[in-house]
This record gives sequence, structure tokens and C-alpha cells, in this order.
Amino acid sequence: MTSFNALLAICLAYVFFLFVVAFVAERSAMQGRVRWLRSPVVYTLSLSIYCTAWTFYGAVGSAARNGIEYVAIYLGPSLVMIGWFWAVRKLVRIGRSQRITSIADLISSRYGKSNFLAMCVTIFFVLGTTPYIALQLQSVTLSFEVFGLAESVSGGGDPKTRTAFWVAIGLAIFTVFFGTRNLDANERHHGVVMAIAVEAVVKLAALLSVGIFVVWGLSDGIPDILERIDASEIGIWQVDGGRWAGITFLSAAAFLCLPRMFQVLVVEAADDAHLRTASWAFPTYLLLMSLFVVPIAVVGLDLLPAGSNPDLFVLTLPLSQGYEGLAVLSFLGGFSSATSMVIVAAIALSTMVSNHIVMPIWLRLTGVGATMSGDVRYVVLTARRVSIALVVMLGYAYYKLSGGGSALSAIGLVSFVGVSQVLPAMLGGIFWRGATRAGAIAAVVTGFSIWTYSLFLPSLGDGVIFSAQMMSQGPWGIDWLRPQALFGIENIDPLLHTLFWSMMLNTIAFFVFSIISFPGPIERLQGAQFVNIFQHSASPRSWSAGVAQTEDLLIMAQRILGAADALALFEREANRQKVSGDLPEPTPDFLQVLERELAGSVGAATAHAMVGQIVGGHSVSVEDLMAVADESAQLMEYSSRLETQSAELTRTARKLREANDKLTRLSVQKDAFLSQISHELRTPMSSIRAFSEILRDGRDLDGAEQSKFSSIIHDEAIRLTRLLDDLLDLSVLENAKVSLNVQRGRLGDLLDRAEAAAASNADGGPSIRITRNRDAEDVWVQTDLDRLTQVFINLLSNARKYCEADDPELTITISQKDGLVRIDFVDNGKGISIEARDMIFEKFARIGEQKAGGAGLGLAICREIMARLDGEIVYLPTTKGAGFRLTLPLEMALAAQ
Amino acid sequence: MPKHLLLIEDEPNIIEAISFILSRDGWSVRAHSDGTNAVETASRLKPDVIILDVMLPGKSGYDILREIREEPDISGIPVLMLTARGQTKDRELAEKAGASRFMTKPFSNADVVEAVRALALQP
Repeated sequence: MTSFNALLAICLAYVFFLFVVAFVAERSAMQGRVRWLRSPVVYTLSLSIYCTAWTFYGAVGSAARNGIEYVAIYLGPSLVMIGWFWAVRKLVRIGRSQRITSIADLISSRYGKSNFLAMCVTIFFVLGTTPYIALQLQSVTLSFEVFGLAESVSGGGDPKTRTAFWVAIGLAIFTVFFGTRNLDANERHHGVVMAIAVEAVVKLAALLSVGIFVVWGLSDGIPDILERIDASEIGIWQVDGGRWAGITFLSAAAFLCLPRMFQVLVVEAADDAHLRTASWAFPTYLLLMSLFVVPIAVVGLDLLPAGSNPDLFVLTLPLSQGYEGLAVLSFLGGFSSATSMVIVAAIALSTMVSNHIVMPIWLRLTGVGATMSGDVRYVVLTARRVSIALVVMLGYAYYKLSGGGSALSAIGLVSFVGVSQVLPAMLGGIFWRGATRAGAIAAVVTGFSIWTYSLFLPSLGDGVIFSAQMMSQGPWGIDWLRPQALFGIENIDPLLHTLFWSMMLNTIAFFVFSIISFPGPIERLQGAQFVNIFQHSASPRSWSAGVAQTEDLLIMAQRILGAADALALFEREANRQKVSGDLPEPTPDFLQVLERELAGSVGAATAHAMVGQIVGGHSVSVEDLMAVADESAQLMEYSSRLETQSAELTRTARKLREANDKLTRLSVQKDAFLSQISHELRTPMSSIRAFSEILRDGRDLDGAEQSKFSSIIHDEAIRLTRLLDDLLDLSVLENAKVSLNVQRGRLGDLLDRAEAAAASNADGGPSIRITRNRDAEDVWVQTDLDRLTQVFINLLSNARKYCEADDPELTITISQKDGLVRIDFVDNGKGISIEARDMIFEKFARIGEQKAGGAGLGLAICREIMARLDGEIVYLPTTKGAGFRLTLPLEMALAAQ
Repeated sequence: MPKHLLLIEDEPNIIEAISFILSRDGWSVRAHSDGTNAVETASRLKPDVIILDVMLPGKSGYDILREIREEPDISGIPVLMLTARGQTKDRELAEKAGASRFMTKPFSNADVVEAVRALALQP
């Protein structure tokens, strides 16, 4: 028998070997020779941490208990790598461009760098991974036990638990050395990746060796083993379809969500092109890992005594046949599986814990300026080391509570269901822009609550947290709250039960809360960047860097990145900006680069907060981003602007239509006016031309004819002149530019003057008798006296011209009322017909036969003048003859001047 | 035997001028200065030629012309349209209404005499 000391020496030697591998890898990386470190093969092999001690030992156990159900565990990841290659590639691209440090960081970064969400996810992951770490402890403990050495471990208490304790301590130390060996707290771990790639080879070699030994050593080759499989119970066991599908789904989900898988798949990925190789190489690796599982199980069931733990067939088979060397190799394979899982899981979890729980709390406690004093890297590393120890010890606690009794694969599945709760928020986040923080929090909290209640706590065993009575009757006897029969769904596999309820309610909560909540600005931007990662290259999010002090930023960067790295980063930027000296301007671009660089060490939320402390003065300066970032506000503003514009356009269109109508009317009026003027001018000109031609010809004209024709020409010429005068007058009045000459005057005097002028204009034409009441005419007005007199003259002339009475008479009456004076001109003729009254004040509106050669502008001019004098002229419909009333204020308002 | 001409025109001075120049050319000129019963006058007189103004009190020259063209007795009488509105539109309106000739005011006396002579010779 291999002694405990020998086995321990082998373990230590193996660990030392791994250290050397990691050290050499780190050294090469530091010297810039990262090419071979970051080859697709290494990447593919690092993915093999999916195969933990659980798959190494447990797959055989599972095959021995449940037949080929174990294949589902391998099927899920294979389907993801082959069929969901593009989704994984998207994750990797996002991880690289956003400097994602962990899956919690991804979720928090996507949902507006929410630290609360990151904290929730971190806590849940710690809880979800705890059973898994317990599983590794259990398997290592069991494998020690197989060699019959558990008793040799010194100390009191249950030997198994004691072994597990020391294994846990060992793993914790091991991981602290591995994961935080360097002071470089950056997110990439070249050494660790290389070491787990080596471990992947050891695992595979060990399992293949045992398989070959079983097939060709213990059996007579492949035909024989196939017969033995057919003969065994494994071939007969029916596969439960629901469980099969459930586990396939679960393993696929876990492959994406497990913190350690995310670490190697996304965080440590150098290039998303490596996925091309991994998409076929990793399923091949899984195929090789599962190749000999059934033969080992069958032969083990055959050869080993009934009641042997099938989880340990891989060890016990060679041991029982006396092949100790092979058994040790197998032990190392299992040890490799366990250690690589614990190392990576602990690194991933400690990154989350330090970035999302310790750092934010530390930042808050130490306040603004914390980044300026003290070594942040030291805080980060200490936080990580403590977190690693904490995570491993939690695993130990779970192992102790659950008593280490459960089958390995059962524990693993509990863990799988737990971590898969992040799946909806993660996939929703990278494929659906509408996903919001509220939706993600609701989803994660809902999922983990159901998982904790219905699977995690019961998995510890009856009486640990939940009593047996509560399990069977529900809390406080509430039937439908029984942990393993929620809402009355009974008699299904507890795993499927939890998977069904948690994933369903999780997804529903995610969608419902995403739809009813409104994303913040950073969330929207991050959402857009994540979903459109292949279109976006640069982030639109920016700090307003006006107040940023480059020196402060440099000091902070040095504390986190290390002096050399930080200086190099700042110098690069200074060169890029072509600034003299080594300090660049704190442009938004540079701040973004810096923030991502810091995010690589402390996570997006913390980095954002740190840069924010210096640049914005707030832990997260949302206000700064509002202006540039709030798409929704912009959209709403844009749409309301569009609405305004459209309303304005409608208004403008209406105005244009109105203007057009008006112009059309004006154009029609103008045409009519021009046509009228043309007529009015051409008529006298016709007479003038006709008679001047007659006179020019000079044939047989007597003296009387000559004299008559000459006087016609003279009259028509005067008519033309008057017409032009009237037109000019009207034009001046209508153009509103007329200047009034306001004076005081007595109405009686004005009427006298008008009467005289009208009489002289009449020049031998028909005469009219004018009746006035001179007593009433002693009224003083203050207005433009000349214009008013012009109105009087026009009215007198009209009466003289148009009154058809045998004894024409015009009566002028004056009355006063309310500061207004009224002057009525009424003749004793027939008056104006009702139809004509509407148009007498229009231009060229002559009525009846034209005898006196007026152009029809007189009343139009009167109307314009009266309007200018703040008064009006109306036709009096009640008088017998034609009557006009002038209304005038006694004193013109000054404003009207 | 002198030929008869009916002048439908409201402007007294123009009536006087046209009457003078056509009388001198041997025409017997009758004038009618109102739009309303110009067609009746034409029917009664049955002149050889009609000179018609457009802007007449009571009825437009175009309306009078259309009515003349519809009156079988007088529809064949050549009509010289005389207007103070010289736009193309007015010419078209006149032609449409059935004017034989169209002249704008102010006119040349010689043109009027020549146009009336030519119209009288038409079949």
C-alpha cells in the first residue's frame, strides 16, 4: 500500500510541478512571449475545468446508478460550443471590449454598472458554488480514504471531516498562492491557465489509462466489453426523458454561468477566434472523457463487491487489481480535477467578492480621496485572499452540514441549478436591449430564492435547516409551500421541480420587470453596446473631464495598476495625444480607456466609481452622463420636436394658403382695377384722338364745328387730368403714408369754402340749391381741415351731378353726440337703389348713366379720407333722396396723427 | 342710297366723333346710348353695319352681341366691336360672342372708316 506520506509527497510534488509551470508561464508572459501561452489548444484545455472531480469520479458513479444519464452532463456544453458558438463569441467579444472581470461584473456592467446587482449576483454565486466546492472536498477526501489513509491524519473528531478540513486548508493555501501570487491584480492569469491546461492533460491521461486498463486489461478488448455492457443492468435502464432534457439544459446553462467557466471561457480568453478551434476541440475532449465511463462502471459493478461506492470505481478498480501505479495516476487525475476547479472557482468568486462587495464597502468607508492614499492593490489582494479562504471554508461548512453523504453528481446538480439562475439576465442582457436592471434583479432574486428554498436548503438534509415535518407539510402547515412540491406540483424529481419553477418564474420576472421598468441612461448605453457589440467599437459614454486632474488620475492608477504599468499607460496616451511632457489631457476617450484598464483590476462598477470620485466628485456621476446618454429623453424630445414641427408646418401651410387666397383676390382686384383704369383713360383719349384727327384733316369744317371740337378736346383733357389726380390722391390715401395737417376750424367756414369750390368746378353745369342751418354750424373741430373740405366738395359735386329732381336741393344738417359731430348731406332726388348702395364707396363704382365725366373715384376717396380722420362716411338708407352721413370726432386722437 | 349704321355707344363725345367721320363718308348713322334695349333698336332699324361698345350702362356689349347673333332677323349683320379694354382676353371674348371685327379705343378715324367699309362689302 502506498503510504500516506508517499501520497502526500506525490501530491506536493505535483503541486510544485504545477507551480513551476505557472511560474514559467507568467515569466514568459511578462517577457511578452504570450503567443504559445494563448494558443487555441491551451484555451480549449483550460475549458476542461468543466470536468471536475465530479465528472472524473462521479460520471462513473452516475453511470453505475442511472445508466447513461451522465452523457447529458457532457451534452449540454457540447451543444453550446457547437450550436451556440456565436453566442459564446458575443460573450467573449463583450468581455474583451468591456474588460469584464467576472460574470457578476458582466451583469452589473450590462445593467448600468449597478453595484447592488453585482453584489446580489456575487452572493448568490458564492452560495451556488459552495456545494460544488464541497463536492471537490468530498471527492478528494474519499480518494484519500480509498487508500485507507484517512485515519493517519492527525487530530481528533470524525476522521472524514478532519481529512476534508485539511484538504480545504490545503486547497485554500494552494489557491491563494496560485491566484494571487503576483501583486498584479489584473484579470488575466496566464500562469493559472497554463497550469489548468496541464491538469486537463493529466485528467484525460488518467481517465484514458484507467479506461484502457479496464477494456484491454480486465476485459478482452472492445467486443468483450460491449457484451458485458449488454449483459449488465446499465443497458436496460430506461432513461427518464424529462430528467434527460432537464439535465442537458442545466449543463448547457451552467457551462455559460458557472463562475469558473465564465472565468476561462470569457475572462481569460485572449481572442474570440480561439472559439473556432474550441468549438470542435472541446466537445472532442468531452467525448474522450466520457468514452470509458460506461466500461469502467460495468466492469466495476462486475468485479467489485456489492455495496462499493461506484463514485470511486476509477480508483478502486486498479487498486483492487493491485495496480497501484495506475491508481496513483488516477488519484492524481482526480486531484487535478478537484484542484483546478477549486482554484479557478475561488479566483473567480474572490474577484467578485473583492470587486463587488469589499471594494465598494471599503470605498464608502474611506470616502473621497481614498484612492489617493494607501495602496489600493494591497486592499484588493488582501480582499481576494480573504475571499478565497472564505469561499473554500464555506464549501467545507456545506460538506460538514450535509455530512458528505450525498452522491457526487447530486451535489453537482444542486450547484448547477443555482448558478443557472443568472442565465436569463445574462442572455437577455446581451441579446435584448429592452432588458433592464429591475428585470435582472427581479430575475436573479426570484430564481435564487426558489433555488435556495426548494433545493439548496433541503439538500443539506432533513433537520439541518428544514425539519422533516416542514419538508412534508410545508411551513406553518401551508401545503402549497412545501419546498419540494411548490404550488401543489408533487411527485416529480426535486431537481426538475426546482429547475422548472425557478427558471420559469425567473424568466417571467425578468421580462415583466424589464418591460414595466424604465432603464437609466448608462443602462441604455451599456445595453446598446452589449447587444450591438459587433457593430460598436467605441463607447459613447464619457466623463466630462473639465475638472479632472491628470496627476490625481495617475496617482490612482499607480495604486491600482502598479507604478510602471500606470506610467506606461499615461505615456502612451500622451504620445497619442501628441502632448509634450508625459501627462496626457484627461479627454473623455482617455478616461474611458483608463476606466476599462482599472475595471480589469477592480471591476466595472468600482472603476467607474473611482474615476468618478476624481473626475465628477460623485461615486457614480449619472448627471454628467445624462446630457449625452439619455437616449430616451432625446428620443422624446425629438419626437415632440417633430410634433411641433408638424403642427408648425400645418400652421404655415394654412397661412400660406390664406396668403395665396389673399394674393389671388388681390390679383383679381388689381386686374379689375387696371382694366377699369384702362377704360377710364382710353375713353377720353378716344375722343381726343378722334377730334384731333378730324381737326388735322381740316376738310370742310366750319368755324362753329372747329370751335366745338376744340372745346371737346379741351374738356376731355381736363377729365383725364382730374382722373389722374384722383388716382394719385387715392393711392396716397390707401398707402397709409398720408401726413395729416391737423388744425382747428369751424364747420360753417369749411362748408362755405366747399360750396364755393364746388360751384366753380360746376362751371356752367346743372346747379343745386343748398339749404344750411347756419346756427348749428358753429362747431369747432380739430382735424385736417383741407381733407375734410375735400370730402364736402365731393359730396356737393355728386349731389349736383346726380340729383335728378326738377328742383334739386341739398340739405346739410349738423348735430353732436358723445363727442362726435355728425354732418348729413341729403338731397331730394330718387336716392340710390338698394342694390347699388353696397358698392357706391368702391372704386369706379358709378351708377346709372354717366353724364358728368366723373371717374367713379369720388366716394372711394371720401371713405379713405374719413377713415384717416378717425371718422366714417355712410349712406343714410332712411332718407327719401340720396343721403350721406359723415361722423367725426370733435378732436382727433393724437395717436392717429 | 346711303348705307345705314347703328352706333351703340354711351360716351357722347365718341358718338359725336364717329357720327361725324362716317356721315362724311356717306353713311347714315344712328346712335343708341343705352345697353338695355339696344337689340330691339337694331331689330327695328336693321342697319347694314353695327358698331358696338363693350362697357355700356345696363348691359354689356358682349351680351348684346350674343343676343343679336341669336336674333334671326339681324344675326347676319356685321358688327365692329369697339372697346376701351385692349387685353387679349377681351379680344377672345369678342370673337367668341361673334364680333366681325375688333378695335380698341383710342382708334384711328381712317381705320374705323376702312373697317366699316370692308364690313359693308361682306356678303
